[in-house]
Amino acid sequence: MLLSNLLEYMGIERNRLHMSWVSSAEATKFIDVVTEVTEAVRALGPNKYFIKDQAKVA
Amino acid sequence: MLTYIDEIRAASARLLQEGAVEMVVGFRQGSQPMMNEPCLIRRPEDVDTLVWDSHCGINLTNYLTNRKEKIAVIAKGCDARNIVTHIIENKIEREQLYILGVPCQGMVDKRQIAMRVAGEITEVGESDTEIRVQTTRGEIQTFAKAEVLQQNCTLCTHRNPVLYDALIAEAVSEQTVDRYTDVAAIEAMTIGERQQYFQDLFAPCIRCYACRNACPLCYCPTCFVDEAQPQWVGKGQDAVDVMTFHFLRAYHCAGRCTDCGACERACPVGINMRVLTKKLEKDCVNNFGWEAGLSPDVRPALDTFNLDDPDKLIK
Ligand code: SF4
Ligand code: SF4
Repeated sequence: MLLSNLLEYMGIERNRLHMSWVSSAEATKFIDVVTEVTEAVRALGPNKYFIKDQAKVA
Repeated sequence: MLTYIDEIRAASARLLQEGAVEMVVGFRQGSQPMMNEPCLIRRPEDVDTLVWDSHCGINLTNYLTNRKEKIAVIAKGCDARNIVTHIIENKIEREQLYILGVPCQGMVDKRQIAMRVAGEITEVGESDTEIRVQTTRGEIQTFAKAEVLQQNCTLCTHRNPVLYDALIAEAVSEQTVDRYTDVAAIEAMTIGERQQYFQDLFAPCIRCYACRNACPLCYCPTCFVDEAQPQWVGKGQDAVDVMTFHFLRAYHCAGRCTDCGACERACPVGINMRVLTKKLEKDCVNNFGWEAGLSPDVRPALDTFNLDDPDKLIK
């Protein structure tokens, strides 16, 4: 929680950081979480901030 | 405050003479004005090198880490809180320490003074309320201490040591201030404004790590920024690497930072990285009712679990 607050404070939208516990027996929960995460992140669009360009490989 | 030094020297000499401690950690005159430096005194006849004035801002807890001998340490409010944190984190034993507590009225910010005078400062003197500086141009200027304190000192709410064996003087009155107006101002910004704010804040950083080295919490034998295998963060001037360093260093201080101001004081380019640690401090107070370093008998916020801890993040 402190971490996500600090990230948001520094300018990283809260919905980009997700955390959950899913047991290997909780298939439906897993689907729900993945759906929720992808929808939340898709709504925000690609992140341009706090991203380092990959080193170019020749 | 100017009379503190007599008591500091007398107590130090007594402790060394009695053999109660092997050394005293205190301050001596620095090689430049307004830059007192830490010193370790081992012989009673050397106690006269000790000084105390408004330029003793460095956090002396840094000099206690993993020490094995018996030590007397001169501790302001913030030092005492960091000593408590050191004891909790097993970096020193309470029994090894004789804490000479100094009720503190704040330390002055040498940068603010340097900015307000023309020429280089050659000499500095002070009374209880004023700082007097003389410059290479022969001018003498005086400032009210209250106006040139370090920002963290103007916001300090624990000026009296929380843990000590002897107090050097009568306790001073504590201030009641809103510690977090600067954090609140950043929280009120839009996401875009915050990104810009932090990019601008860290743009001048030269990665000298003086802030980390001055910090009594940053005692890891190998800091994550120095590791090469794996290399957690790039070592150059890339803006994202610089930001990653600051973000992670701040996070490593979560629930431990006492806002002693050592990091900001040490920075050669005057970056106020304290806005990060203060945000964590504010969240610790608001969510866990936790202020670092107040008692060696209470486990820190990030070290305990309570059923009513806020956990909105975990789904
Ligand atoms: S933070 Fe508080 S105790 Fe520390 S030097 Fe400033 S006023 Fe003194
Ligand atoms: S002391 Fe200042 S310049 Fe040096 S690493 Fe820290 S913030 Fe950067």
